[in-house]
Amino acid sequence: MQTAHDALSQTFAALADPTRRAILARLAEGEASVTELAEPFEISQPAVSKHLKVLENAGLISRGREAQWRPCKLEPKALQGVDHWLDRYRRLWEERFDRLADYLAELQAAEAASAQSAPEKARKTKKAARKRKKST
Amino acid sequence: MSPQVSHGTFVIDRVFHACPAHVFSAWASADAKAKWFNGPDGWELLERKLDFRPGGEERAVGRFPSGAVSKFHSRFYDIVPDTRIIYAYDMYVSDTKISVSLSTVDFRNENGGTRMIYTEQMAILDPQGSLASREEGTVWLFGNLEAALAAQTQK
Repeated sequence: MQTAHDALSQTFAALADPTRRAILARLAEGEASVTELAEPFEISQPAVSKHLKVLENAGLISRGREAQWRPCKLEPKALQGVDHWLDRYRRLWEERFDRLADYLAELQAAEAASAQSAPEKARKTKKAARKRKKST
Repeated sequence: MSPQVSHGTFVIDRVFHACPAHVFSAWASADAKAKWFNGPDGWELLERKLDFRPGGEERAVGRFPSGAVSKFHSRFYDIVPDTRIIYAYDMYVSDTKISVSLSTVDFRNENGGTRMIYTEQMAILDPQGSLASREEGTVWLFGNLEAALAAQTQK
C-alpha cells in the first residue's frame, strides 16, 4: 500500500518541473487536448505527452478515453485532503523557521561584532560628544 | 449547505543556537518578526500589524503572484516572556476562510540554545469540497506547493 508520504513525494516530483506546472496552470482554466497544451511550449507533442504521463501517474490529471481527442483534466483530489493540508501548512512554517534561524544567526553575529568593537565605539562616542560641545 | 470541517494537529520541534530571550523576541517585536514571518516566495506583503500582548491582534495581508490575496488574522491569548505564546488565527484566501487554528509556541533553554516547539491545532474548513474547485483555492494550493518545493530543493 502506498503511504500518504509516498503519494506526496510523487506529487512533488511531478510538480518539480516548470513545464508541468505550466501545464497544470493551463488546465486550471479548463480541459485541453495535447495539441492545445503543446502550443505555448517550444517542445514536441511526444515530449508534452511524456509530461502528461508523469502528471497522470501522480494523480494530478486525468485523461479522457476517446481514442483521438483525449482531453486532459485537472484532478484537484491529489492536492486535497486533510493530510496534504497539514503537510502544506507544516512546510510553510518549516520555511518560516528556516528564516528565523537565519535571522537569529545574523543577530548573534552582529552582537559578537559589536562586543568586539565596543571600545572603539566608546572612543568615537566621546569624540562626537567633544565635537558637540565645541559647536555649542 | 454548511461546509464540512476536518481537524488536524502538527508539531514542529526546532533547536536554535540562540538564547530563549532572543528567540522569544523574534516573535514579540514587529521588526524582528517581519524578517521571517512571511508567505511563500513571490508573496508580496500588503499590510502588517502586531500588537503583542494578551488580547492583542496581529494581521498579515499579502498577495500571491497569481493575484490571490491571503489574510492572516490572529489574537494572542497567553504570553509568558521567554517561555510560551498561545494565539488563535484564521486564514483567508481571496475572502474564502480556509482554516482556523490554535497555535502554541513553547521555548525551553537547552544547553545555552533554545528548543522551540510549535504546535498547531487546525480546523480545516471544507478540505474536500468547494474550495479546491474554486480558482483561488487551486491558486493557493499551487502557491503552497511551490513554497514546499523551494524548501525541499534547499535541503
